Amino acid sequence: MDDFLAARAQMAMSLGFHIIFSCVGMVMPFLMAFAHWKYLKTKNEVYKGLTKAWSKGVAILFATGAVSGTMLSFELGLLWPEFMKHAGPIFGMPFSLEGTAFFIEAIAIGFFLYGWDRFNKWFHWFCGFLVGLSGLASGILVVAANAWMNSPAGFDFVDGQYLNIDPIKAMFNEAWFPQALHMTVAAFCATGFAVAGVHAYLIMRKKNVEFHTKAFRIAAGFALIGAFGAPLSGDIAAKSVAERQPIKLAAMEAHFETEKGASFVIGGIPDEEKEEIKYALKIPKVLSFLVSNDFNSEVKGLKDFPKDEWPPIAVVHYAFQIMIFFGVVMIIIGMIYLYAVFFKKEWLTRNWLLKTFLYATPFGYIALEAGWTVTEVGRQPWIIYGIMRTADAVTPMPGIQYSFYFFTAIFVSLSLIIIFLLNRQIKMVPKLYDPTDAQFNSKNKKS
Amino acid sequence: MIYVVIGFLWLSICAYVILGGADFGAGIVELFTRKKNRSKTKTIMYESIAPVWEANHMWLIIAIVILFVGFPEIYTTLSTYLHIPLVLMLVGIIARGTAFTFRHYDAVKDDWQKVYTQIFYFSSLLTPFFLGLIAAATVSRSINPDAQSFPDLYIFSWLNWFGIAVGLFTVSLCAYLASVFALRETTNRLELGLMIRKSHQTMLFVIITGILVFVSAYLSDIPLLYWIFSKPLGIMAVSFATISLLLILRAMHKQKLLPVRALAGFQIIMILVAATYQHNPNIILFGNGEHLSLLEYSAAAKTISALGWALILGSIFILPFLFYLMISFSKQRK
Repeated sequence: MDDFLAARAQMAMSLGFHIIFSCVGMVMPFLMAFAHWKYLKTKNEVYKGLTKAWSKGVAILFATGAVSGTMLSFELGLLWPEFMKHAGPIFGMPFSLEGTAFFIEAIAIGFFLYGWDRFNKWFHWFCGFLVGLSGLASGILVVAANAWMNSPAGFDFVDGQYLNIDPIKAMFNEAWFPQALHMTVAAFCATGFAVAGVHAYLIMRKKNVEFHTKAFRIAAGFALIGAFGAPLSGDIAAKSVAERQPIKLAAMEAHFETEKGASFVIGGIPDEEKEEIKYALKIPKVLSFLVSNDFNSEVKGLKDFPKDEWPPIAVVHYAFQIMIFFGVVMIIIGMIYLYAVFFKKEWLTRNWLLKTFLYATPFGYIALEAGWTVTEVGRQPWIIYGIMRTADAVTPMPGIQYSFYFFTAIFVSLSLIIIFLLNRQIKMVPKLYDPTDAQFNSKNKKS
Repeated sequence: MIYVVIGFLWLSICAYVILGGADFGAGIVELFTRKKNRSKTKTIMYESIAPVWEANHMWLIIAIVILFVGFPEIYTTLSTYLHIPLVLMLVGIIARGTAFTFRHYDAVKDDWQKVYTQIFYFSSLLTPFFLGLIAAATVSRSINPDAQSFPDLYIFSWLNWFGIAVGLFTVSLCAYLASVFALRETTNRLELGLMIRKSHQTMLFVIITGILVFVSAYLSDIPLLYWIFSKPLGIMAVSFATISLLLILRAMHKQKLLPVRALAGFQIIMILVAATYQHNPNIILFGNGEHLSLLEYSAAAKTISALGWALILGSIFILPFLFYLMISFSKQRK
């Protein structure tokens, strides 16, 4: 494996893992705060148990997200020093604000986890809520930095020099809002479905049914917000990509010829050599409509761009298809669930509905990772779109492949341990968290 | 504004060394405690630190962000030539953070605890060691961008006796801080006696490794003595640190524990002043005689001013909240 490829692989893997932990860290606290709020309102001890159970999950995943984030802040320089040398001062603003948000998150989580019965109950509740709020702010700020790489702003690029730097303008770049919105919604969707799926499975096991049903309902509610919000925010994001990075849009759709009334391509196998796509389902004029609300507008094709500026078409296209597919599936599940809530209450306890949610556990995260693949791979060969190529940014140090193997081992073992730990948390629900269970022993718990 | 930013950089490094260092130290002290006293040591050190530990490690992130936003050239130089020790330090940070959390939050307490604990111990030891090693490399002129071969560029840029000595010194400092800070967390005479003994031992290690640092500096032609003692501020810092040491010994003897913490923190700050003041504002000294200065290699003025404001506003939000967290959970065992 050559160093450049190894560096990209290592970065992709680190980000891929970090995204999972950080999305949980962004959304899980809201689920937790919601359950906590229910407890404070209803005084139902089950909600208190649920809040505590979820807060342990938050603690484990937050710590993992924090260390993987620390690692990323170093990896940027370890792998891409040439990029950071120039980009740091321009796109660093959101990072310095994110430092604050992250710090507040860490403080709030300390208050929340160790603050039961020590503080005013609403202050305590607010700390839990604040964990989510600052987590969300962190996420949105980091996305601003990524958006800048897609839509560089806040400097003049003259003869290879980065002049007239304005970090505030760089932060408020054009891609920020659409990307951050879509990412936030997707985080809710992914976490909601993941949590709902786990609790659906536990309901089916017929243990602690009331506890898990309450958990399932809350998580499913959050999943719905995400599932229905995703196409709306996705539409905004797609229009923005079409305007700023037409080549990325063309790659997403494997759209080779520039044409008016372009069709929306579903599936198919893109062939970069022959510049065509085979076996695809094409819906006439829809792509034109999606990017500009006009069925006959012109959509630029890949052939209009020099070939050395093409991103890897197949990867981007497939990732985009995967994202859309799972997105649509989640919307359908969401509609069935909504229908059940309003018209067919008895469906809610049926095994088939629970099973559907169980299978959907990873769907949100698959879509999320696929979406990020579209964003990141679709930007290639650029690290700063149109300004600096990724290949020019890589570290001069040889032997990065060993670093890649090393970090792969770390991440894989970390993930295994986390799955193992969360599984153990779940197994302890009867003893530690569900007050209605016969095995429940309040002395057992160490809050 | 550049001075505000440099000030914040310096403060966050200090905060990380003191708070994060005490945190690492807790693991080190526990590692070197005999089995019989281990669980007691663990209780003393951790029950009060647990809520705060996440926040302690944020200081490193703040320092790194200041570096890459405000001083990108310095950040990229460090991350290029010190790639290997940085990766090793990162592994330590990851292993330690996760092992600590796992050991604390694993719902079932069984043999896995031993695994987490072992990982936790060794990462507590390795992380500050590499931190010290990296800090030493910035001033030992071992980084040489003109070098040609892989070992000269990427290995001997940090691997030398001086670096190892500073690494050991950092480890001892962490252990020392942890045992001194833990004095106030003790609840009875027995525990207090145990921790005072530990403080004496770790203090001895600080002195021994400190001497090692000077010896290795002398052997590798690093004018450390000259740097520290050629200017009044350096001499002052060293004398203050020494006086604090005596005061700490006396306060411990009299069992007045509140000033001990403040003095220990002050001592560390003085050591950092002594170590960095002489070549300030140069932060990296190269083997080819050149150097990177914080003043000359800072980012554009607009970036620095935006960064400065972000830091000022951030600290207005953070500091009161952090302070409240710290006082809320100190001495909770009583």
